[in-house]
Amino acid sequence: MADPQPMGPGAAADAGPVLEVRGLSKRFGEQLAVADVTFAVPPSGSLAIVGESGSGKTTVAKMIVGLETPTEGGISACGRDRSKPARSSAERRRRGREVQIVFQDPYTSLDPRQTVAATLDEILRLHHGWPDERRQERIVELTEFVGLDARQTRALPRTLSGGQRQRVAIARALAAEPRVLILDESVAALDVSIQAQVLNLLADIRDATEISYVLISHDLAVVRQLTDDTLVMWQGRVVERGPTARVLDDPHDDYTKRLRASVPRPGWKPQRQQAH
Amino acid sequence: MTDDRPLLEIEALTVQLPVEGSPRAVLRDVALSIQPGEALGLVGESGSGKSMTARAVDRLLPAGADVAGSIRFDGKDVLALKGADFRAYRDDVAMIFQDPRAHINPVRRIGDFMTEALRTNSGVSRSEASGLAVALLEDVGIPDGGRRLHQYPHELSGGLLQRVMIATALLTEPRLLLADEPTTALDVTTQAEVMAILDDLRREFGLTLLFITHDLELAAAVCDRTAVMYAGQIVEIRASTLLHGDPLHPYTAALAAARPDIDATAHRLTAIAGQPLSAFEAPEGECAFAPRCPHARERCRTEAPVLQTIDGGVVRCLRAEELRGRLEVAAHG
Repeated sequence: MADPQPMGPGAAADAGPVLEVRGLSKRFGEQLAVADVTFAVPPSGSLAIVGESGSGKTTVAKMIVGLETPTEGGISACGRDRSKPARSSAERRRRGREVQIVFQDPYTSLDPRQTVAATLDEILRLHHGWPDERRQERIVELTEFVGLDARQTRALPRTLSGGQRQRVAIARALAAEPRVLILDESVAALDVSIQAQVLNLLADIRDATEISYVLISHDLAVVRQLTDDTLVMWQGRVVERGPTARVLDDPHDDYTKRLRASVPRPGWKPQRQQAH
Repeated sequence: MTDDRPLLEIEALTVQLPVEGSPRAVLRDVALSIQPGEALGLVGESGSGKSMTARAVDRLLPAGADVAGSIRFDGKDVLALKGADFRAYRDDVAMIFQDPRAHINPVRRIGDFMTEALRTNSGVSRSEASGLAVALLEDVGIPDGGRRLHQYPHELSGGLLQRVMIATALLTEPRLLLADEPTTALDVTTQAEVMAILDDLRREFGLTLLFITHDLELAAAVCDRTAVMYAGQIVEIRASTLLHGDPLHPYTAALAAARPDIDATAHRLTAIAGQPLSAFEAPEGECAFAPRCPHARERCRTEAPVLQTIDGGVVRCLRAEELRGRLEVAAHG
């Protein structure tokens, strides 16, 4: 397993970051949703972007995968710029092999008319152009890897549970063989016992591949489990960054301290804070 | 009336709902009681029956529900209440939900929503009801209540709206508050705030609380005792302070161990194999948790456990006596 690497362009320079975001801003009308966000993720790295609603964390994820266009700043993956919309379908496919995303809600992110096998087959054909036999082999590998059996592989999403659907969404993202996987609250909607299974799967994927993660999350315990480095956002800005264990054990910023103190744990008593 | 009579007492509650013409179990033999002024947590995963239990108490079950067993409130048979008695019960029991936006009319002002029950059921005048509403908004940390009464729901954040719901629930001076995942949709700092308010008000008003959540630690923070549900049944009820460190049921222990720990990184979590069963999927005549249970033995698959009392708690496990003291949640890592 790779050692956790510190963030920042300087520290990651030897390997060359697989994802780099510089001075990223997004304005919606009068509102500055994301303000001057900079970070880099090394190969095999895992970065958490932590924040609450309105922090801008999801907007950052959307800009990285091209669902929003930055107002200012640059985004590059594998050394190639992706801050402007792709100009060709070949370019769009190439970006898909660099960065994939898994969303929060497994009930709305899958095509209800497509079986799991057909979903994966479409991605494999689109990205790799493999012959039928090789695609079938890869579908078996991918579904076994994420823990879906043969019946589930032939099934439509509506017959699968939330946890199984999220495994499908992960397999679909992995089918493109991306260098970076964005996990946008990907385990937040799952029951605790299923969440642990999916978190273990995500840990296994990191052990078995060189993939890098960007985890967008409000859940600090999940962040601790899955990431090396953490960036805390509040009202569009980065207020704190550092190794995940340090940020959680010894938060420096006032907002990070408040966030940390709000997490229920044995012996915790909720405190009234100042109204906002 | 004796002092130790429970305010709410549920016995052998079984509920079936019709699904495509055939009855489907959602609750199976639920039993619990809450003393006046006590806070009881009700914890479980999807399909465990925790919300259905609250709905049964509030008589909000869907039409066609087949209900057996008993629910007693202050000694009265809740399932038999009619007319004026039922309306009085409605004032005694209030409920708040996970998503306030789904339970408030978006085109009516906050003031109309808050005071409707008082004006129509109790005949309180509009100005008096508004005065009470403003005072309660102040109690839930909204100082400018007069202005808020004129606003529409979309003008308030989720955290503010949930506080409005709590204030509204308290307006009829209920004795029992049913809170169904009231902070699950909120940000974690807002959750801490809302939980603190709920905890303060409960003590101030002497409210009895049934707090439903999927989060064991959140329940432990505000509840004296916690009940854990699985597949439509109660599997354990225990003092919240003991539940995490000394659980009686293997499912409680597994649930606590599966949750990542904010204070330590584990290479792998202790996941529970398989997926949670809904009540209607649970087989009769055996333990519903046995297929996922690391402690299951042959007889767990041939004999149904019943609730038994051990160490001041109740537990539904055939091996509870043997496993006593051996289920503590191992530290991760």
